[in-house]
Order: sequence, then C-alpha cells, then structure tokens
Amino acid sequence: MAMQMLPPDWPGNFWAHWAIFAVAVLVFVLLMVIVFIWFERRAMAVMQARLGPNRAGPFGLLQSVADALKILIKEDIIPARSDKLVHWLAPVVAFVPALLIFAVIPFRGGAILADLNIGILYIVAISSVTTVGIFMAGWSSNNKYSTLGAMRQVASVVSYEIPVVLSLVGVILLAGSLSMQQIVAAQDIPFILLQPLGFLLFFTGALAEINRAPFDLTEADSELVAGYMTEYSGMKFGLFFLAEYAEALAISAIVTTIFLGGWRGPLLPDWLWFLVKVFIVFFVIVWIRTTVPRLRIDQLMALAWKFLFPLALLNLLITAIEILVWPAVSLWVFVPINIAIAIVLVVLWSRFFKLGWGKVEV
Amino acid sequence: MKFERYGIGIARGLSVTIRHLLRRPVTTQYPEQRLNVSRRTRGNELIWDEKKCTGCGTCAKACHIGAIHITTSTNLVDNKYKVEKYEVDTGYCIFCGLCVEACPFEALFLGYDYERAQYRRGDLVQTKEKMMETPEKKVSGYFYPRRAARLPRQSLLVDNDRGHR
Amino acid sequence: METTKEIVINTEPFVVNFGPAHPSTHGVFRMRMTLDGEVIVDMEPVFGYLHRGIEKLAEERTYTQVIPLTDRLDYLASMSNNLAYCLAVEKLAGIPVPERADYIRVIIAELQRIASHLCAVGFFLNDCGAFMTPVLYMLRERERILDLFDMVCGQRLTYNYMRVGGVSQDVPDEFIPAVAKFIGEMPGWLDEYERLLKENEILLARAKGVGILPKELAINIGASGPVLRASGVQWDVRKADPYSIYDRFEFDVPVGTAGDCYDRYRVRVEEMRQSLRILRQAIKDLPGGGEVRSEVPHLIRPPVGEAYGHLEGPRGELGFYLVSDGSIAPYRFHVRAPTFINLTALADMMRGWKIADAIIVFGSIDICMGEVDR
Repeated sequence: MAMQMLPPDWPGNFWAHWAIFAVAVLVFVLLMVIVFIWFERRAMAVMQARLGPNRAGPFGLLQSVADALKILIKEDIIPARSDKLVHWLAPVVAFVPALLIFAVIPFRGGAILADLNIGILYIVAISSVTTVGIFMAGWSSNNKYSTLGAMRQVASVVSYEIPVVLSLVGVILLAGSLSMQQIVAAQDIPFILLQPLGFLLFFTGALAEINRAPFDLTEADSELVAGYMTEYSGMKFGLFFLAEYAEALAISAIVTTIFLGGWRGPLLPDWLWFLVKVFIVFFVIVWIRTTVPRLRIDQLMALAWKFLFPLALLNLLITAIEILVWPAVSLWVFVPINIAIAIVLVVLWSRFFKLGWGKVEV
Repeated sequence: MKFERYGIGIARGLSVTIRHLLRRPVTTQYPEQRLNVSRRTRGNELIWDEKKCTGCGTCAKACHIGAIHITTSTNLVDNKYKVEKYEVDTGYCIFCGLCVEACPFEALFLGYDYERAQYRRGDLVQTKEKMMETPEKKVSGYFYPRRAARLPRQSLLVDNDRGHR
Repeated sequence: METTKEIVINTEPFVVNFGPAHPSTHGVFRMRMTLDGEVIVDMEPVFGYLHRGIEKLAEERTYTQVIPLTDRLDYLASMSNNLAYCLAVEKLAGIPVPERADYIRVIIAELQRIASHLCAVGFFLNDCGAFMTPVLYMLRERERILDLFDMVCGQRLTYNYMRVGGVSQDVPDEFIPAVAKFIGEMPGWLDEYERLLKENEILLARAKGVGILPKELAINIGASGPVLRASGVQWDVRKADPYSIYDRFEFDVPVGTAGDCYDRYRVRVEEMRQSLRILRQAIKDLPGGGEVRSEVPHLIRPPVGEAYGHLEGPRGELGFYLVSDGSIAPYRFHVRAPTFINLTALADMMRGWKIADAIIVFGSIDICMGEVDR
C-alpha cells in the first residue's frame, strides 16, 4: 500500500523518501518564513515612504535572524497559577498544523510529499487545529483578557470556515477531484478567471482565519492587552509569531495552487513559477495590511454570516448550473460570464447589507 | 450601516499605497547622510564673547530658570567688571534664547552644534573656557542676521524631490 | 442612529482600568470604564498625570519670561499658545502691533493649524487600525512645515517666537518663497490622503454614527473647535470675535451635520484647505518692510486690571486670563484649555459602544495632555 505512493523512478524504499523530503519541506518552510518576515517589513516600509531594516546584514536580510536569536535567549516566564501542561503545549499545537499543510502542496510538476487523493479535505481539517492551540493559550494563561481574546478568535475562525470551504467546493466541482495534483493539472485556464467570486470569498475568509489585517483585532493594541499572547515570552512567543507567518505562507501556497495554476507557466522552470506566484500573493496580503483599517468584532461576524456566506452559496449554485450545461466549446466562454456575475452579485448584495450593530441601549 | 460604495473605496486606497513603491523614501540615513540645520538653529550650547562682555548680568536676569551664573569683581584699570566665573548649566537650560535677545553688547550667542551628549550630568555645565568661539564651535544665526548669512543654507524638505510624484 | 435592545442574559458589570500608559491613546490619560461584556456602561476620566504647575510658575516670572512656559502647554500647536498669550498681554497693557507683524502672525498661525491637524488626523486614522500608513504620510507633510518653522525661529517644537508687541525677529528672505512652494504642493497631498481613506468602507463602518455628540450637549458643556463645529454649530472665534487682522481675509468655516467621529475627521481636513486659502491671501498682501516688534520696555508693567485674550486654536478656543497688579509679573494666570472642556463630554459619547469604539471616539476629540493637565 505504501509503495503506491512513491514515484515510479525512485530508488530505495518508502521511509527514505519520506525522511529526505520531509526534512526538505521543513527546511523550505522555515527558510521561507524568515524571508517573508524580511519581505513584509521592507515592502510595508517602502509603501509608507520610509526604508525598512537595512543595517543588519546586506539589505537587512539578517534582521529576522537577529530577532530570532534575541527571542531564543529571553527568559521563559510562566504565570504562577496557570495550567502548566496546557500552557506548554499551546504554542506547539498552534504551530505544527501550519507545517503539516505543506505535505500536500505540489512544489513542481511531480514533486509533492504525499499525493493524497483527498488533499483539500486534509488541508481544511488540519488548518482548524490551530484554533485549538490558540484557545489553549488563552485559557491556560489564567488571565481574563487572554480568555476574551481567545474566545473572539475562536468565534471568528468558526464563522469564516464556512464561506472558505464553500468557495473551495466550486473549484473542486470544476477540477473533478480533491487531490491537489489533479487540481493543478486541470487548470488550463487558471481558476481565478473561472471562479472570480470564489477567489474573492476564499481570500477574504483566509485573511480572517490567519488573523491578518483587516481582521487582526485579536492581536492589535486596541484590545486591552495583547490578547492570547500576553503571558508568553521567549521562544513560546516566538513560536506563535512563526506560526502566524507560516500560516500566511500556507495560505499563499494554497491560493497559488488552487486559483493561480500552481507551478504551471511558460518559459521559466516550474519551481520558479511557484515561488514567484507565492510572493505575489503574499505581496497582496501585505499591501492590504498597509492600507486598510481594522474591523470591529461584531462587524467581522456580520461580514462572515450575512455577506460572505450567502454569496458562497450562490457561487456554488451557479458553478453547479454551469457544470450541468457544459458547453461543447471551450471553457473560455465562462470567463466573462463569471466575472460579470461576480460583479453584479457583489454590487447587489452590498445594497442590502448592514455591517454590524449600532449603539446598544444601556 | 450599509456597505456603501461596493468596495471601490478600498480599491482607491490600495492604488495610493502601491504608487509609493515608485517613489524614493524620505528617510535620511543618519549618521552617514546629514541634513543642514537651519541657519537660526538654537543649538545645544551657548557661546560667549569675553571681550565684549561687561559683566552686567542682564542675561542672567533674563533667564527664566536661572541657568546662568556670573561672578564678577571690580577692575579699576579698564573701568568695567572683571568676570571671574561665567557658567551656564546646559542640562537646565531650555535654549529659549531670551538671554541672547537681552544682551545689550552682543556678547552671547547660541551654538550651531547639536551633537553634544555627555556621559555625566556634571559634564553638561559649560564653564568659561568651554564657551569660547572656535572654528569648530560655530555660532548660530539666531537673532543676528549677519552671522546667519555666513552659514550654509538649510536643507528643506519642500525643496528636494524625495517622496514626490 | 438606531439602537438595539440588549439580549437579557444575567451579566455583571466589572470595572476595568485603561491605565495611564497604554499604547493606543495620546498622552497619559486614564479611563476607568465599567464594562458589561464588551459594552461600555460608564466611563470616568482621570487625568492630572502631567501636571507641572504652569499657572503657579507663571506668577514668578516676568511677562516675557512666561512665553517659553506657554510653549509647553499644547506642545503640538505651540505658536497658537504663544500668540494667545501675547494677545492677552497686549489687551491688558494696550500695546499696538505693527502691520507686518500681524501678517507674519497670521501666516505662522495658519501653518501651525495645518501642522496640528495633520497630526490629529493621522493618529485618528491610526486608531481606526490602518497600521501606521496615514501617520507616516501626514508626518511627512508636517516635516515640511516644521522645516519652515525651523527656518524662522530655530526650533521645531517649542518655538518661543511671539513677543508682546509683535514677533521676536523678522522672517528670513527665503521663507516666503518656501511657503509659496508648500502651498502649491499641499492641495495635491490632501487629495491623495482623501483618496487613501475618505471613502474606505471599513472606515465608514467604524467611524460613521459612532460617538455622537448632540448639538445641545455640545453647546451646554462649552465645547469649541472642530468638536463643536462637527455637531452643527457654526461658531469660529476668527469670525465671531475677530482678533488680529482676520477680518481682512476671506475663508469659509466648515460645519458638520451629524456630530460623529467621521464628521470631526472631515471638518479637520476641510479646515486644512481653508487654512491654505488664508495663507495664499496673506502671502500676497504681506507688507514689504517695517519693524516687526513695537517698542516695549524690557520689563512690562501693565496697569492694574484683568484681560482675557482668546483665539481659535487647532483644538478649540484657547484663552488666557490675566490679572495684573501693576508689577512685572502676572498676579494670576489662568489658561482656558479647549481640550479640557471638550473632555467632559467623553462619558456621554462612549456609553453604549464597545471598547474598540472607545479608542476611536477618544482619538477623534484630539487630546493633547499638555494643556489638559497644565
């Protein structure tokens, strides 16, 4: 059974394949997280008319390394009446699922660690475990405000799971399979053109799941203290920090694979296309963070339930109808139709949508 | 609260931010690049002209916190006071310039330099010897336009095109 | 603004201290909030952490020595403080001001208004959550103005430039061309800021209808400045009781309608445009030569009496009340700080909103703790 997972030209047995490539994927992820932190700081700085870090190493490349070293040598403070085991486990539970997602991302044609035929289902299942880690962190700190922040985080992630999964079903219908390799292989036209509404919904929901702007109220300073990360110091805090960027990297990789065509593209080698696309998606995430203000918690929930969820259902319905009346001509016919439908739906729905409560009578 | 404008406002904001990628940042990399300070800058020291000073003490009376200490004795030869001690506590001074304006003999100036940090608070007190004007210790043009005209021009942010479209 | 009924679950309000040192408000200001879940039931402001006894210190200094003290009251708009104090002393002692000095005062005061509003708007948008981008853009424009002030008087924050009877020294030759260059570019920058965030849906959702100050309440507590004008009251000291030479200039006073945070933000941006209009006229009409300080004795001894000199500062009506007993130092020196009086409405503005809104309401009033605590 295990032998069927190997590519046919691999000498040696299954466990060697697993060991080497697992280590390779881990190294890639951790390196890319360091590069992403540098890239975000420089890109955000230039968009704000200033320079980013440029003193530590050439172009400031060693700045993230310096920050990581600083975090490593800090004292590990544990609150006295906290739940010690849960407090210790929480960063691990929050960080590991972000790494696990990379097992099913195709880096180049044929290079994937585990070619599961239920790839997307695996991703959706694993990415929810991070929330458990965050709730463990908030609960075990024995701090009222950490618990508040953690509960908010759980509420927002649960709300945004549904539009995310529904928009993924549209892609699955078009590709005909849950496996990530098959989805990339089925993208003669990148699915961002065929499913513009699905892309917008998935992108917005994914931003909310990884707690980045404009949905970053659990880690912003308008909260009373720093939310669920308050009582953490040293490398445990470093793990939360890394987990945030690893999730951002994971979301960029998923968007690239599912909507932008993965490693496919003319001229350049396929691993280079993959990297370029991941960087472009991450740049858009940073761009949005630099520009847009933050939402309040009730506005965030209202956006998920009243705006994204009905649109996701409509998107699914329209995609299903389109598959039924599959034309004999190419799929390019659907591209302008879908873009027009997406614009009409967004404009129409915005007219009837109310963003959050107003003043509460006290 | 309706979701007005269908997302166009966010798109316009994004266009502003992305345009900044094409401009040069406005940051100056101190200490490799330095800007020219104003000709009338009120730098972090006081400069005293011993020949013109008569020891009248108007500057000490004009200082609103008493940062200037003057001790004089009689000097019957030149018919003016002999200034024994002229001390300014730069740690106390707020560099308002009232003493410079008050001096009737144009014997007191504000300095041009701003990099005058010391390691001990006692080193901030300027005694007579530290207050003389030297080619390195330039005099600022505050209140004295003739001195200001000899100093280099100030680098203004409205002049250079960094950060411009 | 419609209100919604709260769902009846048995909850208990608890008191939370938004302590003096916290990352998202301006200055050392403490708020004791009574929260019910996330909704604010009551709020009590506690301030006084920056009290330095300026009113008492002024009684031991001569009239000219008080001017550096007034710099440190509202440190983001120091020139307005200096000017208001000099107006009060000139009213008390009956000292005339030469015409060129009046024009220079108006130019400097309007430039200071633009600089202060840039800071206020930038930090308000930062409180709404737009990471630091608006702050950095606005501080870049503020740097241009601070360079101009540096050229005139040598400092960038505490100027000590105005004197009783005029200004301290004449402006250098390169000042007016630099101001003209600034006025030419500034409307373009203001347009860019509006494109960045004026119609942003998230900002509209966060700030529109939030923290409403009703018109009657605003007049009853004695609010002034953009806080009052955003609630719909047309009151600007420059038009109602013109001081200096403001009656020679043509400008509009922007007035809001709803009295919420969004209107206060819009009023400040529009005021910046009107200040540019005044600046254009002032530069054109500036008289060529002449002295900039009338002959005043070294130690001013006003006649016995009292005077109140006020002006329209960036934060509201800033007034100085002086009582003189004929000696070289004021007998009583009192500051009518606009922010201190605007603050009294905070509790009413915040009731019923959530914690995240409290920060936004607080940012929209534009507090400078230097003048609240004195």
